[in-house]
Amino acid sequence: MSNLFTVSPSPHTKGDDSIPKIMWSVVIALVPVILMASLFFGLHSLKIMVVAVVSCLLFEYTIQKYILKVPTTIRDGSAIITGLLLAFNLPAGLPVWLVVLGSLVAIGIAKLSFGGLGQNPFNPALVGRVFLLISFPVQMTTWTANITVTDTFTGATPLMLLKEGVKSGKSLAEITTNSQMPGYFDMFWGNMSGSLGEISAMAILLGGIYLLWKKIITWHIPVAVLGSIFLFEGVLWMAAPDRFMDPVFHLITGGVMLGAIFMATDLTTSPMTPLGKVIFGVGIGVITICIRNFGAYPEGISFAILIMNGFTPLINAKVKPKRFGGK
Amino acid sequence: MLKTFKFGGVHPKEEKLTAGLAIQRLPLPKKVILPVAQHIGVPAMLAVKKGDLVKTGMLIAKSGGFVSANIHAPVSGRVSKIAERIDASGYKSLSIVIETEGDIWEESITLDQPFQAIEALTTAELLLKIRTAGVVGLGGAAFPTHVKLEPPAGMKADTLLINGVECEPYLTSDHSLMLEKGSEILKGTSLLMKVLKVQRAIVGIEINKPDAILLLRDLAKNFQGIEVEPLQLKYPQGSEKQLIQALTGRMVGPGALPASVGVVVNNVATAFAVYEAVAFNKPLIERVVTVTGKGVSKPGNFLVRIGTPIKELIEAAGGLPEDTGKVILGGPMMGKAISNLKIPVTKGMSGIVLIQEKEASRQQVMPCIRCAKCVDGCPMNLEPYLLMMISEKGMWEQAESNHVTDCIECGSCSYTCPSSRPLLDYIRTGKSKVGKLIRSRQNSVLTDKQIPI
Repeated sequence: MSNLFTVSPSPHTKGDDSIPKIMWSVVIALVPVILMASLFFGLHSLKIMVVAVVSCLLFEYTIQKYILKVPTTIRDGSAIITGLLLAFNLPAGLPVWLVVLGSLVAIGIAKLSFGGLGQNPFNPALVGRVFLLISFPVQMTTWTANITVTDTFTGATPLMLLKEGVKSGKSLAEITTNSQMPGYFDMFWGNMSGSLGEISAMAILLGGIYLLWKKIITWHIPVAVLGSIFLFEGVLWMAAPDRFMDPVFHLITGGVMLGAIFMATDLTTSPMTPLGKVIFGVGIGVITICIRNFGAYPEGISFAILIMNGFTPLINAKVKPKRFGGK
Repeated sequence: MLKTFKFGGVHPKEEKLTAGLAIQRLPLPKKVILPVAQHIGVPAMLAVKKGDLVKTGMLIAKSGGFVSANIHAPVSGRVSKIAERIDASGYKSLSIVIETEGDIWEESITLDQPFQAIEALTTAELLLKIRTAGVVGLGGAAFPTHVKLEPPAGMKADTLLINGVECEPYLTSDHSLMLEKGSEILKGTSLLMKVLKVQRAIVGIEINKPDAILLLRDLAKNFQGIEVEPLQLKYPQGSEKQLIQALTGRMVGPGALPASVGVVVNNVATAFAVYEAVAFNKPLIERVVTVTGKGVSKPGNFLVRIGTPIKELIEAAGGLPEDTGKVILGGPMMGKAISNLKIPVTKGMSGIVLIQEKEASRQQVMPCIRCAKCVDGCPMNLEPYLLMMISEKGMWEQAESNHVTDCIECGSCSYTCPSSRPLLDYIRTGKSKVGKLIRSRQNSVLTDKQIPI
C-alpha cells in the first residue's frame, strides 16, 4: 500500500464559519447604516467613512509589517469594521486629519498594542472616538446638520438640546417644543443631528436583525442594554416626569442603538456566557442613563461600553455556565 | 415541538450517503484478526492456542473479569497465530488470528429455530445468555452490556432508553438495521426491559430517519411499554447523557452513572444482538458496518464478521478511491483516523469513512476572537476556549476546577470554531493530565493512611 493517510485526533470535520466570513457579515449588516448616513449627510459622510477605513487598513498593515514585524492581517476584515464603526461615531463635518488620528489611536493603541485581533480589552473604535472627544471637544461636537434640513448651518443633537436646556434652567416642556428638536418619528428614521452612524435607529435595527439571523451576535447584549435603559429611565420618568424625559426618547437618540447593537456586541470585548452578557448589557444601560441625566456629558454610551469592557474579564471569571448535572 | 437536549449542540452536514440502502452480507474473509481487548474493561483471556481448530461461534477468549466480555470465533478454521497485531488504537495489541476454512457453526447455536420458551426464562438466565454471548455496546463505546444491566446496589432503573439517534454524519448502520430488523430490535428491547425489571422503554430516533420512526412506531404497537420518540436533529444527541436529557429531562451528574437517575441506555444494534443471543444462543460475531465517503463508488451498509480486515470492506464498497486523504473508523466527529488498512473490524466499529484529500487536513489556526461559539455549542456547559487556554499553559489545577473532566469529547467546540482552533486536542491533554492528578492524589491518601504513626 503506497497511500499515506493523514492522521489527526477527532473531530475530522469542521463547520464553515471563519473569521473573514464573520467580519464580512458584519460589514453587510452595516450597509443600511452606511446608506442612511449617505442619504442624510451626503458626500461628507462618504469621505469620512472612506478615510477611516483606508487609514485603519493602512495603519494595521504598516504597524504590523514595519514596527511589530509580524504577519499582516488586514485581509481578515476586522480593520474595515473598526474603520466603519469609528466613522459612525464621528460628526460628518470632522476635519480629515482628525479622522486619521482617531484611526491611528483605534488600530495602533487600542488594538495592535494589546496583541491584535482577539486580544484587545477595549473596543478599538470607541477608544478612537473617546480619544477624539476628550482631546478635541469642539470639533467633535460641531454637527453638520442633515443636508435634508433647510438650515445647512449647524444643528445641535437632541441630547445636547436636552443637556443645555436643563443646565440653563429651562423646563422639559420648553426644551421639547424647541423648533430644533425633531419628532420621534424623525428620530427613529434618522432625520436628526448626530454622528454619522447613530442617527437612524431603523437602519441599525435592520443590521441587528441580520446579525442575529446569521448567529453572529446573540440577543442578550442588545436586549439587556435597551431593556435596562427603558426600565431605568422609565422609573425615573414616572417618579419625576417634569425632570426626566420619557424612556423612548433615550432609546432613539444619541448612540444607544448603535452602541447596543454594534459596539457593545463586539465579540472580543464582551463576556462569553449568556448571563455574563446580560450583566454586561445592564451595566451599560445603567451607566448610560446616569451619565445622560446626572453627568457633565450629554451622551454617555461610549463611556458606558468602555467601562463595562473593563469589567469583562471579571465577569468572565465570575459568571460561569452551570456544569451539566451540577448542583 | 420535538424533544432534544438542552445545552449546546451543533449541526454538522449529515452526508448520509448510504441512508436507506439494504444491508449486504460480505463474503467470509480469508482470515480474521481478533484483539483480546476490543471492549472497555479488562482484556479477555485466551481460551485457544496456536493450531487449534475452531467452529464459528466457539469461545476463543474468555471474559477477564466483571467488566469484560467473551470473544468468539467469527468463522471456522485454524488458529494460525496468537501475536501482537495493530488495532484501531494505532498500537499493537494481543490478537488471535484465524485462517478461515469454512463456516461450520457450534451446535448450541440454533439459527433456524428460535428458542421457544423465551417467556419462561428468568432474569438470571437472560443475563447469563447475554453475558455468555459477549454482547457489548455496539454504538461505539463497546462497554460490556451485562454490566449495564446490573446497576450498582441502591440504584434502581425505571426506564430503558434505546439509542437509535445515530447523530454522527455519514453513518447509517443503525438506521439500516432499524429498517430491516425492527421487530427483532423491539424483541431485544423487551428482553432488556425484563432483565432490568422496568415497565417503560423509549426508542429515541432523530427526525432525519422518518422511515425508521414510522416503522418502529407501527411495530411497537405489539409490545407492551415501548414508545418511539422522534427527536430534533442535533449533534451530539447520541451521547448518553444528552440522550437521557432529551428523552426524560433527567440530568446525570458529573461522574455519575445513568442508573443514578433511574435510566439505562442501550444502542439499537445492541438490542438486536441481545435478541440474537437469547433467541439463538448466537454470540456477537458479526455486525453492520457502514462504509462510505464522498469518493467511494459503492458505499453501503455491510453485515460483516468481527475480525474482518477493513481493507476487505473497503474493497466491497468499490475500493479505496485515489484521492483518499484520511480513513476514519467511526464517524467524522468522534471517530479515529487510522494509518493502516489491515486493522480488523471490532465489536464497537460502526463505520468506516473515507475522507477525500481536500477535506483531510485542518485549516490554519487563527487567534481566538472570543465569539463564544464554543461556549454556546458545548453540550456539557463547559468553556472550551478557557480550558484550551489553561491547558496550553499547563495550569492543571485550574483545568480541574473548570471541570475539564466533564468533557465528553464530542468535538462540537472544534467543529464550530471560526478560527479553526484545536480546542478538543488541548482539552484532551487537560483531561488526561487532570485524571492523573486525581489518581495520584487518591493514591497518596491511601499511602498516608497505610503509614503507621
